Amino acid sequence: MHAYANPTRFLAIAKPLTPWLLGVGLLLVLGGAWAGLALVPGDYKQGETARILYVHVPSAWLGMGGWTSLAIAGLIQLVWRHPLSGIAARAIAVPGMLFTALCLATGSIWGRPTWGTWWEWDGRMTSMLVLLFLYAGFIALTSGDDGQRQGGSLSRGAAIYALVGAINIPIINRSVVWWNSLHQGPSITLGGSSIDGALLWPLGLTVLGFSLLFGAIVLMRMRRIIADNRVTARLRRLADDEGA
Amino acid sequence: MKAKHQRLILALVALCGVAGAGVLAASALRDEAAYFRTPVEVQGGKAAVGEAMRLGGMVAKGSIERQADGLTIRFVATDGKASVPVEYKGIVPDLFGEESGMVADGRMRADGTFVADRILAKHDERYMPPQMGEMPKNMKAPAGV
Repeated sequence: MHAYANPTRFLAIAKPLTPWLLGVGLLLVLGGAWAGLALVPGDYKQGETARILYVHVPSAWLGMGGWTSLAIAGLIQLVWRHPLSGIAARAIAVPGMLFTALCLATGSIWGRPTWGTWWEWDGRMTSMLVLLFLYAGFIALTSGDDGQRQGGSLSRGAAIYALVGAINIPIINRSVVWWNSLHQGPSITLGGSSIDGALLWPLGLTVLGFSLLFGAIVLMRMRRIIADNRVTARLRRLADDEGA
Repeated sequence: MKAKHQRLILALVALCGVAGAGVLAASALRDEAAYFRTPVEVQGGKAAVGEAMRLGGMVAKGSIERQADGLTIRFVATDGKASVPVEYKGIVPDLFGEESGMVADGRMRADGTFVADRILAKHDERYMPPQMGEMPKNMKAPAGV
């Protein structure tokens, strides 16, 4: 792991990997969305409304997975001080927040015809909204700081914030089990799936596809931050040379 | 001990502390964070007459009665252990039906009927195509299809 923490070595892998993640991810998302919208039948009870599942579930997974990775990056930053971990955390925050928002929006659109309401303050919805605010807080904490001078690493405060915020992830996951909630219980558990196989397979495609796209976006954003840092460093050297 | 090992232990201890605090808070919130109360809780005396609350449960089979005015419905909400009669005047969501979940906003009347101002349908975690030749044994046939 330490070997890949070096930005130059990281770039040598990230650069050729990005187009593959992007291309395969796009293909899977388009294929899964087409299958989910056109090929498989609607749900026995909800009818066509159930098809929003193929976007809602990957969004929830990436919103929560995003923060989990962000917290791990925060831990690596705190303990090992690898410059890349801070860069990764910064790169994850925006797409993570985007998918969390997408999850809330698709859930709301689904809730109106299914439950009869756009929004209710039940455990699942409230904890997911908290995740959105956590992302906003992290972006605010890290966008105005002097990360560029430190090669993109996080301040100690931001890294601790990332770790503390991770407590919300198991709460989101368990909210429908611990508390009575309007949101249904988990459909897919370690024990199996209560989504019938005929409706389930496009979900596998979109979950994998959106995850690859997420990876591609994160790699692109990390490369951009590294490039920015290099430009800043070079400009500073030039300015120092002229001053001397 | 190297500095980074110290930092690792410190971070892990702090993380355990935060996780423990989170679990404690979550279990303390067990009642308050519940979105609705169940018929068992209502009959166990957790609902005062006239207090605004939410009642959640399954609509008992064969219990929906439409009143003469065409708007008011009465049905029985059950959780398998207890049941509470519910009265509601208004339009119910499409997915509202017998043997499926619902959540009602309202208050208890002195005669033990729950008077709802609003009804939401609760969906369960099952997703199936409409024409399943053979349904797994633990799934009930959908009502009203």
